Amino acid sequence: MDRRESLKTLIIGGAGTTMLLSCRIDDKPDTVGISENIESDFDYGRTPEEERWDENLMSEQFYTENELATMAILADIIIPGQGDYPPASKTGITDFIEFISKDIPEHQTPMRGGLRWLRTESHKRFDKDFTEISSEEQLKIVEDIAYPMDVKPQFSQAAIFFSRLRNLVTTGYFTSKPGIEFLGYMGNKPNVWDGVPQDVLDEHGLAYDEKMLKVAIKPEERNEIEDWNDYIV
Amino acid sequence: MSFQIIEQSTKYDVCIVGSGAGGGMAAKILADKGFKIALVEAGPNFDPANPEQRTQLRWPYESPRRGASTVRAFGDFDMAYGGWQIDGEPYTKAPGTEFDWFRSQMVGGRTNHWGRISLRFGPLDFKRKDFDGKGDNWPIGYEDVRPYYDKVDKLIGVFGTKENIPNEPDGFFLPPPKPRLHELYLKKGTSKVGIPMIPSRLSILTKRVNKKRQACFYCNQCSRSCSVYGDFSSSSVLVNPAIETGNVDLFTNAMVREVITDENGKASGVYYINKEDGKDYRIKAKVVILAASACSSARILLNSKSTTHPNGLANSSEVVGKYLHDSTGASRMAFMPELMDRKRYNEDGVGGMHMYTPWWLNDDKNLGFSRGYHIEYWGGMGMPSYGFGFNTEFLHTLAPQVLGDRKAGGYGVGLMQDVKRFYGSTLGMAGRGESIPRAENRCEIDSQKVDKYGIPVLKFNYKWSEEEVKQAAHMQDSFEAIIKSIGAIPLGDKPGKETNYGLENPGRIIHEVGTTRMGADATTSVLNEYNQAHDVSNLFVVDGGAFVSQADKNPTWTILALAWRASDYLAEEMKKGNI
Ligand SMILES: Cc1cc2nc3c(=O)[nH]c(=O)nc-3n(C[C@H](O)[C@H](O)[C@H](O)COP(=O)(O)OP(=O)(O)OC[C@H]3O[C@@H](n4cnc5c(N)ncnc54)[C@H](O)[C@@H]3O)c2cc1C
Repeated sequence: MDRRESLKTLIIGGAGTTMLLSCRIDDKPDTVGISENIESDFDYGRTPEEERWDENLMSEQFYTENELATMAILADIIIPGQGDYPPASKTGITDFIEFISKDIPEHQTPMRGGLRWLRTESHKRFDKDFTEISSEEQLKIVEDIAYPMDVKPQFSQAAIFFSRLRNLVTTGYFTSKPGIEFLGYMGNKPNVWDGVPQDVLDEHGLAYDEKMLKVAIKPEERNEIEDWNDYIV
Repeated sequence: MSFQIIEQSTKYDVCIVGSGAGGGMAAKILADKGFKIALVEAGPNFDPANPEQRTQLRWPYESPRRGASTVRAFGDFDMAYGGWQIDGEPYTKAPGTEFDWFRSQMVGGRTNHWGRISLRFGPLDFKRKDFDGKGDNWPIGYEDVRPYYDKVDKLIGVFGTKENIPNEPDGFFLPPPKPRLHELYLKKGTSKVGIPMIPSRLSILTKRVNKKRQACFYCNQCSRSCSVYGDFSSSSVLVNPAIETGNVDLFTNAMVREVITDENGKASGVYYINKEDGKDYRIKAKVVILAASACSSARILLNSKSTTHPNGLANSSEVVGKYLHDSTGASRMAFMPELMDRKRYNEDGVGGMHMYTPWWLNDDKNLGFSRGYHIEYWGGMGMPSYGFGFNTEFLHTLAPQVLGDRKAGGYGVGLMQDVKRFYGSTLGMAGRGESIPRAENRCEIDSQKVDKYGIPVLKFNYKWSEEEVKQAAHMQDSFEAIIKSIGAIPLGDKPGKETNYGLENPGRIIHEVGTTRMGADATTSVLNEYNQAHDVSNLFVVDGGAFVSQADKNPTWTILALAWRASDYLAEEMKKGNI
């Protein structure tokens, strides 16, 4: 199979590999022989030891069903989604928090304890589990613990728990596919950088100076092989 | 099972230990000259183009920890197999001292994920003692190394600009990328407070240097090692081409324990332990080159004891392991309200900063400390990973206008929008400075401990002096001046005396060098000016161990230049029959 053919077969590979194709801007890419490869679902360049470690963590279960259900409700309160963007629970948030709590065990006690506090609080106020009370009732509790700089003394520990949960939910959401789209991150793909767009420069009242414009790489020259013959240091 | 050492039958011209910057360069140059080489590497094989190892262009959600740094110290996608600690391969510290040792065991070593900051040392940097009376001069000067810097530039490729700054020599530069938005702000701000900023000098191909490597496609992920070889990793740029000559046998997962010497005290090869079968092997060679990184090479020498070399090999001076020094480092972050609500575009750029600040006060004699630092910057609309969006309530307190009648923290669509608005409005900067090498700062063999291969481990003994602490204090002042100059708000309290002004532990900047330093005097140095051991003429060390002093410049470009220079010298000496 010639190289061009073998590159085509890459399309069946992971997202990253297909992207490499579009970066081959030059028409004669006599470069690396990226071999054929069909990637498994869960493969992101792990060494065998790392793969075992991940699998090991995934084979264990830390949170109970009730804890996960409580977390999913809270996650959707924190990140409810907007328009076409789904709420946190639809982006794998509980899987992520389950995994990271085993990967970074410092999360375990504060998370478990915080969820347990919430259960007690729900029973005290409404005589039911947090998963069984109405959304209005849920929000009543959340309102008391969601503002760490402005919290009543009796809720101080619970507010710290909620901040940790907010961190995990926020980070989980904004590292998920829909979250990244909502954020508007536009990179992680082959492209050609030619500086800040002109309208952005204008908006900020900034400009590239003459010297920079003269020396900076010109996109159309990027595939040339540098010739040092006339170069004087 | 009876203990037995398996002997590799080939006798090589040269055995090179370690395939990072120094080892890769020696292998490439000597293989091109036709020498038969055994390249012995403690880690597995690695090629950034190998899809099974690739992490480049992966999304955070491809990692179950979303890129967190629990397994790999610089994040799940970083291309280093190793870290601050390696299972079964401990190191120790003398009580009351600190040293953190970063190792990456794989073909290419730490060059697969390094920052690609590729700076030449300047004329002053080789002769600092002449100016401040501290430490020692190198036995060579800029003009000795310059031709090799030139060659390294052309072979490997580095972008930058000619600036004519006296101690920041220009090189053969590829064109630089245009600055990002925050870098333009910084450039404008720093110029008002008298701090220079120039395009950075990184070994990333904005243009091609040969047909085998493609130009950078601006994914910002050099730390993951580039699968089209658009950046410099020793694996793809030096080791692969060396192997293609047919002159190199690569031994992977091969942990070298000691250098073997013959009855005349000359090096005759190495012993290594094969990590896969656990057996001991011996490789015979006419010349041994150590390039296992400064501390690992010192460890191998100190563990190579024999009747002719009772202190360890090449150590009649007793200097092996001493004069260990790292760059100083301190940092600060800031929030810039003007960078909120940014228009979105792909701002990835190259895998590092597009502009930096070289040291600007060489002529100022009244600083209270002797040596300088440069400043590195980061910021922009980067790819989110674990930790992104943490502590939004804290940013709320800095930008209360965002909240309206809401309170800091909170939840819901408002919070989602806030995260979006803050994106790209934080930035940071770090100083990287020159410390003064001192004999007391050292690594030695721990008399109490071995690793899982039975090899005695290193014990570190390193303390900063007032010089370094004062330098860090100066860095913090500079950071505040810079942050103010762009109308940004510094995050957290300014690090003060109680934290040594944020000065990082020795080792943290990962520029550890000096453990087998070169010098003209065989009683106070380990190597001569060609990286050749004074005591053992067929033994060379071509990693950062050879450094007499580490400038405020990151070390790798100089390791590469000196390894090339040493290889040329070695080849000549072999031709003449001197080795
Ligand atoms: C995150 C990070 C960023 C960095 N950024 C920069 C930068 O921007 N600019 C810069 O100049 N420098 C930078 N550095 C430093 C740079 O990586 C090192 O200076 C450089 O890699 C040193 O090259 P070396 O050949 O001495 O060692 P290494 O690259 O560490 O290679 C040593 C090799 O030897 C092998 N080895 C060790 N012991 C043995 C043994 N007993 N037997 C067999 N093999 C052995 C190792 O497995 C390894 O592959 C950075 C480092 C890190 C970690």
